[in-house]
Amino acid sequence: MQFSEAFIQTLTWLIPLPPLLAFALIVLVTNRSKTLSHVTAIGLMGLSWVMSWIVFYYTLSIEHFGEHVIAAAVDWLPFGSAAMGTQPLQMGVLVDPLTSVMLFFVSLTCLLIFIYSVGYSNYGKPRDDHDRPGTPPHGVEPLYSRFFAYLSLFAFGMLLLVVADNLLLMFVGWEIMGLCSYLLIGFWHARNYPDPKQITPRQAAVKAFMTTRVGDMFMLLGIAYLYSQAQTLSFREILRSDEMLTHLATTPSVVAGLMVSHVVGLLLFAGTIGKSAQFPLHVWLPDAMEGPTPVSAMIHAATMVSAGVYAMIRMFPLLSAGWRPGDPLTPPMLAMAVVGAFTALFSATIAVAQSDVKKVLAYSTISQLGFMIAALGIGGYIAAAFHLVTHAFFKALLFLGSGAVIHGVEHGHHHAEQLAHTGGHAAHAPAAPFDPQNMFNMGGLARRMPITYWTFVIGGLALSGFPFVTSGFWSKDEILADAWVHAPVVFVVLAVAALLTAFYTMRQISLTFLGEPRSAAAEHASENDSIFRPMLLALVVLAFFAITAGWVGILEDFLGLRMPFPNWFHGYVGGVLLEHPPALEFNPVPLAASLVVSLGGLLFGWWVYRGYRKGADDPLAGPLGAMYAVLRDKYYFDELYERLFVRPAVWLSETFASEWVDKGVIDGTLHLVGRGALRLGRIFRDYFDAPVVNGSGDLVGESVKRFGRSFRVIQTGRVQQYLLVGMAIVVVLGAVLLLPGLGQ
Amino acid sequence: MTFPFLSVITFTPLAAAVLILLIPAERKTEVRVTALAAGVFAILLSLYVYFGYDQAAGGYQFVERYDWVPQLGISYYVGADGLNLPLVLLTAIVMLTGVLISWGVDDRPREFFAFLFLLATGVFGVFVAVDLFHLFFFYEIAVFPMYLLIAIWGWVKTREYAAMKLTLYLFIGSVIALVGALMMFVAVRNFTGENTFDMLAMSAAEQAGAFDFNLVLNNPFTGTPWLASSFQKVVFPFVFFGFAVLGGIFPFHNWSPDGHVAAPTAVSMFHAGVLMKLGAFAALRVGVMLLPEGARFHAPWIVLLTLVNVVYGSFIAMTQQDLKYMIGFSSVSHMGLVAMAFMTINRIGYTGAGLQMFSHGVMTALFFACVGMIYDRAHTRQMPELGGMARKMPWVAVAFIIGGFTSMGMPSLSGFVAELPIFLGVWRARALDVAGLPGWLASLAQQPWYFPAIAVISAVSIVVTAAYVLRAVQRVFFGELPHEFEHHVGDVTVLDKTALVVLCATMIILGLYPAIMAPLIETAVGPVMALLGVQ
Repeated sequence: MQFSEAFIQTLTWLIPLPPLLAFALIVLVTNRSKTLSHVTAIGLMGLSWVMSWIVFYYTLSIEHFGEHVIAAAVDWLPFGSAAMGTQPLQMGVLVDPLTSVMLFFVSLTCLLIFIYSVGYSNYGKPRDDHDRPGTPPHGVEPLYSRFFAYLSLFAFGMLLLVVADNLLLMFVGWEIMGLCSYLLIGFWHARNYPDPKQITPRQAAVKAFMTTRVGDMFMLLGIAYLYSQAQTLSFREILRSDEMLTHLATTPSVVAGLMVSHVVGLLLFAGTIGKSAQFPLHVWLPDAMEGPTPVSAMIHAATMVSAGVYAMIRMFPLLSAGWRPGDPLTPPMLAMAVVGAFTALFSATIAVAQSDVKKVLAYSTISQLGFMIAALGIGGYIAAAFHLVTHAFFKALLFLGSGAVIHGVEHGHHHAEQLAHTGGHAAHAPAAPFDPQNMFNMGGLARRMPITYWTFVIGGLALSGFPFVTSGFWSKDEILADAWVHAPVVFVVLAVAALLTAFYTMRQISLTFLGEPRSAAAEHASENDSIFRPMLLALVVLAFFAITAGWVGILEDFLGLRMPFPNWFHGYVGGVLLEHPPALEFNPVPLAASLVVSLGGLLFGWWVYRGYRKGADDPLAGPLGAMYAVLRDKYYFDELYERLFVRPAVWLSETFASEWVDKGVIDGTLHLVGRGALRLGRIFRDYFDAPVVNGSGDLVGESVKRFGRSFRVIQTGRVQQYLLVGMAIVVVLGAVLLLPGLGQ
Repeated sequence: MTFPFLSVITFTPLAAAVLILLIPAERKTEVRVTALAAGVFAILLSLYVYFGYDQAAGGYQFVERYDWVPQLGISYYVGADGLNLPLVLLTAIVMLTGVLISWGVDDRPREFFAFLFLLATGVFGVFVAVDLFHLFFFYEIAVFPMYLLIAIWGWVKTREYAAMKLTLYLFIGSVIALVGALMMFVAVRNFTGENTFDMLAMSAAEQAGAFDFNLVLNNPFTGTPWLASSFQKVVFPFVFFGFAVLGGIFPFHNWSPDGHVAAPTAVSMFHAGVLMKLGAFAALRVGVMLLPEGARFHAPWIVLLTLVNVVYGSFIAMTQQDLKYMIGFSSVSHMGLVAMAFMTINRIGYTGAGLQMFSHGVMTALFFACVGMIYDRAHTRQMPELGGMARKMPWVAVAFIIGGFTSMGMPSLSGFVAELPIFLGVWRARALDVAGLPGWLASLAQQPWYFPAIAVISAVSIVVTAAYVLRAVQRVFFGELPHEFEHHVGDVTVLDKTALVVLCATMIILGLYPAIMAPLIETAVGPVMALLGVQ
C-alpha cells in the first residue's frame, strides 16, 4: 500500500483525537448504556491504533527517516513577532523514529487494556445490590461508563504527548495524564479500610498528584528557562540543530559553574523523577496500586511512567549537549546515572519483601525505570529506548496477569463463602477481612488458572531477563553491555539489581502459582467465567510481544555469529540523533553477567520458596532479621516525608502565615490602628471636644443665661423704678463726660 | 454618528437598575426577568465590541467624547483597546451569571439587583475610561454599593466588620491615588499650559517630558532638602499602591478575604471576579502607563511584595476550613501573579497579566458560584462538616473541579495559558533602572538570577495550589455524605447549571484556543512597552 505524505501528516494530527471524542461521547451521550460506552471507547481507541500502525508502517519505508521526519505546526499562543526576538508558541506534531516506535506500542497496549477492562469490570454480570458506586464491585461496575471515559481521556493525553513536536504540547499531554491518573487512582473513592493507617484510594490519588506535581513544577521552570534562552520550545529547532545545542551548552547559566543546557536538563529531569517515580519522589507509585488493576497497568506500565523516560530520551540531545562518547558525563547525565542506578537497586530490595502481588510489580516498575534512566545517563540512548519498549509489553502483561489473579482469587473467595453458607456452617461468624492481593493467601493457582499462569510466567521471565528467548533479556543485556563499557560502577549496581529482579519474580511466581493452595479462596479460584475471556485475550497478545519485541534489537555480531537479520532497532531509532550512535561491539563479560544474574536469581528464588507452607513466616524473614521489616516498610520514607515536608508546610501555613503574619501582624496592626483611632477619638472627646470646644460653646450660652438671670432682678415692670434708674444713669454719664472738662 | 456601544454597555445596568426600582416590590419575578434581560443585552453588546475591534488598527476604538467640565479639561471620554475589552467581556459574563445564580435571592431582590447593577455600571465605566477624572468618578461608583450590598445582604456574623474594613481600605487607597493623579494633572498643566484629564494627552505630555523634574521637599527648620527625587519616582508608588489595594496587593490584601466571605454569592463573584481586576487595571492604566519611569524604577522591590502575595496567599489558603476564605486567599495569590507580571516590564509578562485578569475573573466567579450553591443547600461552608456532595450535586462538583484545575494551571484550561507567559516573563525580566535604589537592592536586582529566583519561588505556589484545591475537592465532594444532608440537600436548578456551563466553557475555550484573546491583548501591550521604553 502506498500513502502520500500529506495523508500521513493528517493522520498524525488525528491520532490522539479519537479517544478524546470517545471521552466526550461517553460523558455526554452514552453514559447510561454500558455496552455503548465500551463499544465507543474500544472502537475509537481501535481507530487510533490502526492510524498509529499505518503511520508506523509508512515510516518503515522511508530511507533515512531520521532526517526526513513528518512534521507540521500551527501558531498557538502568539507573542509579538520574530522581529522583536520573540516567537509564537507553536503547537504541532512530529513523527520521527522514536515517536513512531512509541506509537507502535502505546496504541497497542492501550487498546488491549481497554479490552481487558471490559472483563475486569465484570461486564455481563448482573448488578449486585450491595455494590456502592466508588467501591470495588461484586457485580458489574456501577460506574462502568465513567471508567471508560477516564481511560479514554488518559489515552488521549498519552498519544498527545507522543506526537507532540514541542515541549509545551508534551507538557500538556503530561498534565492531562496527571489529571487522569488522579481520577483513576481515586476511582474507588468511597472505599474505606478498617485499618485507619492503610491508605485509601482517595488519599493515594492526592498523594500521587501532589508528588508528581512537585516534579512538574521543576519541569515547568525548566521549560521557562529553556524558552527564555532558546526562544523556542520546538524539538526540531532545539534538538536537531548543532548550533543551538552548542549555544545552550556553552552559555553560562544563572547557577554558577553550570551551563544553560545543564540547568535545563536537571530541571526537566526533576519532572521525570516525579512522573517516573524515581528516588526520592518514588513514594506515590506503590500507593497508586489502590486504583483498579487496568489503571495500574496503564499508568504504571505502558504509558504514564514511560512518559517520564520518554521525555528524557526525547531530550537526550539537550541533556548530553557537548558530550561525546568517552567524555566525562554532563551534570544531567551524571544525575541520571546516579539516581537511576540507585533507584534500580533500592526499589528492587523493597520488592523482595512485599506481600501484595501488585506492590511487588509496582516496585519492580520503579526499579526497571531506574534501569532505563541509568542507561540514558551513561549514554546508552538506544538501550534505554529499547528497554522502554520491551518493558511496556511485559510489565503490562504482568499487571494485567496480576489483575486476573486477584479476580480469580476473589471469585474463589466468593465461591468458598457461598459453600460455607450452604454447607450448614450456621454459626459462621462474619468472615475476617480477606485480602485477595496477598500472595501468602494464594498458591497452587497454576492448575486452576492455566492461561493466566503461562502468560504470567512469560512476563516474569521477560522481566528477569531469561536468556535468548524473552524480550527483556535482549534489552537488559544491552543496558548492561553499555554500562560495562562506559561506567563499570553502574554496571555492578545494575547487575545486583537484576539479580534481585529475577529473585523476587520467581518468589512471586512460586508464592502465587506453585505449591498447594493456602486458602479456601485459592482453592476455588478459576478463570472459567465468561468475564475472563477479554482479559485472557489481552494477556495472550501481550505475551506474544513480551517475547518477540526483543528480537528486533539483537546485536549483529552476537556471540560472534553473524545474525541472519540486522539490528533493526538500533538503525531505526538511532536516526533520531544528529550523530548516529556507534553500535556496540559484542562483549562476553556483560553477557555472562546477565546470564548468571538472571538464571541464578530465578533458581535461588525457586529454591527458597519451593517448599513454602501455609502459615509459615516468609523464608526471607529469618535470614534478613530486622532488615526484613525495614524493607517491608519501604525504608520508612512515607513517615520521613510526613515529618520533613508535610508537617512543616502545615506549620508554615497555619501557624506562621495565617496566625502570626496575617492575623497577628497585618490584621493586628490594622486593629491597633483602628483601636488607636478610636482611642484618639475618645481622648479628643473627653479632653478637648467635651471640655474645650463644647465647653466654650456652652460657656458662651451659659454666661449669657447667667447674665440674663442676674439682670432679671431689675426687670420689675415698675415705671417709677425705671425712671429712677434712667435718671441715675444720666447723672452718672453727665458726671463722667463733663467732669474732666471742668477740671481744665 | 456611530452607535455609542461603550456608553450603552456602561449604562445598561444603570437603566435596568432604575427600571427595577420602578417595579413594585412584590413582583419579584419581573424584577429578575428584567435583570436577566439586561445581563443578556450587555453580554451581546460586549461580544460585538470584542469581536468588532480591529486588531490591525489597534489603539482606542469605539471612542466617544463629550465635554463634561471643559474649564478643568474634564470630559466624558470612553474607548476600547486590547486591555479593557477582555475585562468588559468578563464583567458582562459575571453580570449575567451573577443574575442567574441570584435567582433565589428572596430578601428584597429589587434593591439587591439595583445595587448590583449600579456596581456593574461603575465597573464598566472604569474599564472603558480614557479620561482620568472619568475613571475616578466611576471607580467610586463601583466601590460605594459594595458597602451596602455586604452590610445588608451579607453573612450575618461578619458583614458589618467586613463592609467597614473593605470600604475603608478602598477609599483610603483611592484617595491616595487621587492625590497622585492631581499632582500629575498639575504637572501636565505646568508643562503644556492646558487643563486636561485626558490620559492620552497626559501620556503624550509625559513622553514629551512633563514629569522630568525633581520634587523637592525641604525641612522647614533647616532648609536642607528632605527629599529631592524625580517626580515619577516619588509619585508612582502612591498611585500604584492606591489602586493595587483593590487588586489585593500584599500587605494591603486583608480586606479582600473578609469581604469575600461576608458578601452574598453574586457580590462575591463580582468582588473577586471583577472588582479586584479594577484595581489591577487602574494600577496599570494610571500607574504604569502614565508614570512608566516610576514603574521601571520601583519594579525590583515591588516584585518582592507580589512574590509574597503569590506564595503566602496560597499557603494561607491551604489552612482555611471555610471554603470561601480558602477561595478568598487563593484570589490574593492569583492576583499577586497579575501584579508580579506588571513588574516584569516585558511584553510576554504583560500579555500574561491581561490573560490572567480575565482567566482569574471567570475562575473565581465560578468558585464563588459553586460555594454559594453548596451553602444555600447545606447551610455550611466549613469543609470538615461537608462531604459526598458530588452525589447530590454532580454539576457543581464537576464545575468546581474544572475551576480547581484551572487554578492550579492545568494545561488546556485558561489558567495555564495565563500563568505560563507570566512565568516566562518573570524569568526573562531584568532590572532596568537601579540608580537611586538602596545599594543592597540595586546589586541584588542586577544579579542575573534575581528574577529567575523569583520565578522559582513563586512556582512553589503551583504545588501549594494543587494541595489546597485537591484537599477541598476531596473533603467537600467526595468521602462520606453526612447523614443530615441525605434528604434535604438537592441538586441545583437549571439556571445554576447554565451559569456553571457558561463559566466553564469560557475557561476551556480560552485554554484550548488562547489565540482568541492573546493577540488582542498584544495590540495594547505593544504601546505600553513603547511607553516603558522596552521592546
